[in-house]
Amino acid sequence: MKQENTIMENQNFRPLDLKKKMRLGESVIQTLLFLAGFLSIFITVAIVYVLGKEAWLFFGNPDVTFAKFLGTTEWSPGIGKFGIWPLVTSTLTTSFIAMLVSLPFGLAAALYLSEYASPKARSALKPILEILAGIPTVVYGYFALLFMTPLLQFIFGEGVQVYNMLSAGIVMGIMILPLISSMSEDALSSVPRALREGSYAMGATKIETSLQVVLPAALSGIGAALIIGISRAVGETMIVAVAAGAGPNFTFNPFLAAETMTGHIARISGGDLSYNSIDYTSLFAIALMLFLVTLVLNLISQGIINRFRQRYE
Amino acid sequence: METNEIPQYSIETKDLSIFYGTFKAVSDVNLLIEKQKITAIIGPSGCGKSTLLRAFNRMNDFVPSSYVTGKVLMGGQNMYGANIDPVEVRRKIGMVFQKPNPFPKSIYENIAWGARINGFKGNMDELVEQSLRGAALWEEVKDVLQKSAYELSGGQQQRLCIARTIAIQPDIILMDEPASALDPISTLRIEELMQELKKNYTIIIVTHNMQQAARVSDYTAMMMLEKDGSRSGTVIEFSETKKIFTNPKDKRTEDYVTGRFG
Amino acid sequence: MNSNHNHYPEGESLRRALATRYRNASIGRVLFFSALVIAILSLVALLYNVIDGAFGYVAFEYKNDPTEFTSKPLDDLTKEELLAILKANLSSGAYTKLDNEKPMEKRSRSVLYTLLLERLIQIDTKQTWSLTDSIFRSGEIKAEVAQKYPEAKLEFRSWLTPVFLTTPMSSKAEFAGVRTAIFGSLWMVGIAILFALPIGTGAAIYLQEYANKNFLNRVIQTNINNLAGVPSIVYGMLGLAIFVRTLEPLTSGSIFGVTDANGRTILSAGLTMGILVLPLIIINAQEAIKAVPDSLRQAAFGVGATRWQAVWHHVLPNALPGILTGSILAVSRAIGETAPLIVVGASTFISLDPDGPFSKFTALPIQIYQWTTRAQPEFHSIAASAIIVLLVLLLTLNATAVLLRNRVQRRY
Ligand SMILES: Nc1ncnc2c1ncn2[C@@H]1O[C@H](COP(=O)(O)OP(=O)(O)OP(=O)(O)O)[C@@H](O)[C@H]1O
Ligand SMILES: [Mg+2]
Repeated sequence: MKQENTIMENQNFRPLDLKKKMRLGESVIQTLLFLAGFLSIFITVAIVYVLGKEAWLFFGNPDVTFAKFLGTTEWSPGIGKFGIWPLVTSTLTTSFIAMLVSLPFGLAAALYLSEYASPKARSALKPILEILAGIPTVVYGYFALLFMTPLLQFIFGEGVQVYNMLSAGIVMGIMILPLISSMSEDALSSVPRALREGSYAMGATKIETSLQVVLPAALSGIGAALIIGISRAVGETMIVAVAAGAGPNFTFNPFLAAETMTGHIARISGGDLSYNSIDYTSLFAIALMLFLVTLVLNLISQGIINRFRQRYE
Repeated sequence: METNEIPQYSIETKDLSIFYGTFKAVSDVNLLIEKQKITAIIGPSGCGKSTLLRAFNRMNDFVPSSYVTGKVLMGGQNMYGANIDPVEVRRKIGMVFQKPNPFPKSIYENIAWGARINGFKGNMDELVEQSLRGAALWEEVKDVLQKSAYELSGGQQQRLCIARTIAIQPDIILMDEPASALDPISTLRIEELMQELKKNYTIIIVTHNMQQAARVSDYTAMMMLEKDGSRSGTVIEFSETKKIFTNPKDKRTEDYVTGRFG
Repeated sequence: MNSNHNHYPEGESLRRALATRYRNASIGRVLFFSALVIAILSLVALLYNVIDGAFGYVAFEYKNDPTEFTSKPLDDLTKEELLAILKANLSSGAYTKLDNEKPMEKRSRSVLYTLLLERLIQIDTKQTWSLTDSIFRSGEIKAEVAQKYPEAKLEFRSWLTPVFLTTPMSSKAEFAGVRTAIFGSLWMVGIAILFALPIGTGAAIYLQEYANKNFLNRVIQTNINNLAGVPSIVYGMLGLAIFVRTLEPLTSGSIFGVTDANGRTILSAGLTMGILVLPLIIINAQEAIKAVPDSLRQAAFGVGATRWQAVWHHVLPNALPGILTGSILAVSRAIGETAPLIVVGASTFISLDPDGPFSKFTALPIQIYQWTTRAQPEFHSIAASAIIVLLVLLLTLNATAVLLRNRVQRRY
């Protein structure tokens, strides 16, 4: 009896108090964590602000008119030539070549991996693609200039310049191939099994099932991969900086040298550049265009992925 | 309908056992399926009904570890014989799955696609209409043939799957719980449809629904795990549905169909 | 319904149709597989191309006759003899400068030997050959050299040597090394991770454990996914405008009393790279946190833990291997990135080891870029050697990541 009482009296249990407590430490931590998350928004705002501000200075320059920017075809801001087209055409040309290489091959690789390869073959083949994806782009630049270009010159003859868009584009395609293939494979393997079985049950062969049932069902995901690939190609710098040429050139001819938007930024900013010069601000104008184009592409691609994820879940 | 003109075959199994790797999922099944009749396969969950059904048209080929011993005979040919083409087997033995799985294409294309890959040369519009009529779906979709099949209701999708199966004109149609994902009204329509279809086709259906088996089928195969603890399923009783439900030979069958089982 | 029955091929025509379909099937299989073969061939070609450049014959001449300095064959010189020769022939100013950088007595024989070649004898490379040529055409090469450069020596050289790893930059390809570049890369990556790992992990914890699905949090998540896709050169521009220019007093170290102030420092590059890999770290950390089973959190809450206690004691320790794997992948991304460093202003000619965050710097990929774009083939050879160094570094990092990942997989 006595004992019981002591237990009751000495009890260390807190009284029942279910009210909300102010936990200062918890709130501080939560705030810090939120700030860490919010920093990403701040970074985006900073990018837009910085690029926008300098681009504003560039476009605010009385010499830079809209007509000149979009209506002429020579780019050399230092001497008053403001036609953006040569940088755009070469960006388009190299990106187009890159997609011409990476889309069919990446897609075919994905089809093989998701529809044909045994689990064993898949686990042997996928790391190879991952290695390809992990090689720094400057190494691809070396490969483009010192392997692909000589090879192209051997095939097409002397018409291929030492720096040319074809070589840079092809190597860029090889660089993007693993991305396209892994995203497409994801899309293909998220096609429900029931659909494949439905097709087989009708007497379809493997390739008929792959190409006519699975592929169309995965089309949106493959589209997302294509768009991300384009965005990658447009923003890729080192391969084109090394192999595509050092000087704007208004041409679609892939055998010729022509500097892309990214290559131009790299070359000019690598040199001695005085702040507030038109050369300096013009780089930010180009970078702003790059940022907006890739942003839009990425948003579209993400939107597609989110939508098609919902469909099968 | 001039049913007699069609050269029809039905299925017979001889000592059929089906394995997943080392696991024997179904053992020693001997069945003779009557043509132009509906045969139901019933039994508790996991006893291998789907496995057996999928063995008939070699759908288990897609499970890499699976293989069979024994024979599945159709018109005297062993479907697992060396020179048998699984694609052609599946053309002759169509299948309808538990969950409707239309292709993400238009209603029209869902039917035309199978016909096209199988080399159909006739009038496609006619075939689509006939198949949809055959699946009792024509009246509901005839004005929206180009719409995506995904816009149909679950019951309509399932009938579309039946339509695309009959479009390739199989001899036998396998159905694995075709109505289990459907509401009672859609279920009834599928059951009515099966009565229609059996004039032309041999149907084998897996079902969990005793009333459904009793209502629609002519023959019933009762499957059960073997008593020896091996966890293999086998057919313990096979006879006319009437007999299975009123006068079963096996005590376990009686317990199961009267709901006293597990 | 049966009127269509005869429209399907039967008998012989069926067999023919099936044969065609199977032929298409196998053609498809071969086509799809060949895409992978092409990917593999590209990888092989790339590696071959690099190795091909890093080894091979070199034809070179001595500008000054070695006999002017010593009567012994060069290879037989001891360290002491080399020291004596250098002391006797270098101008005293040059010698003192070298001695101040690192006492000459403490330098190894091979370093002194290199100094002798570089400073006194001086080498004039006439021509280089690829590894393939060196192996398969060695006879022709020897004949060619004998005829074209009768004075020249022909030597089979590995451009990748221990000396290459340990010597700083030089304007002569034969004597250039990647020492300063490696140090620059390590400093830069160190700063980047120091910045991005805590913030990135914090952001991931916030998004996975705290954030509810309101508009702001959805924007944050979308924004992080988008930042991961922003071209790296744009991050370079951001770094140039903010770290190099606006925050120059901080990044140059002038507020800490560092003179010779200029914002193009390791600190600027490291922070830029940190921002670049931040989304990568966040996304990977989110995956790692997602993989921690919910039952663990429930258990912690069940015994009265607060949110942070559950996170700190249970979620984070279990997610740690995954988070580290993600950081290693971020490190390998940062080590290979070149474009932002060009924009932020890596110098290319740095012969002194960086000694802190306010040093000017160069980095491995910058050297590779520089050397690749030089016209002289001997620079391509050292570019190839530097690429091998970079790839080996990346391979080591990724192997570590894979090992870590496997350990995690075994846990659950
Ligand atoms: N792909 C597979 N790989 C390995 N084992 C399988 C596979 N499919 C089924 N099994 C096993 O085979 C046995 C029979 O499965 P099956 O799906 O045929 O049962 P069922 O009678 O159709 O059950 P239910 O009524 O639940 O659909 C089960 O033990 C199951 O675990
Ligand atoms: Mg089943």
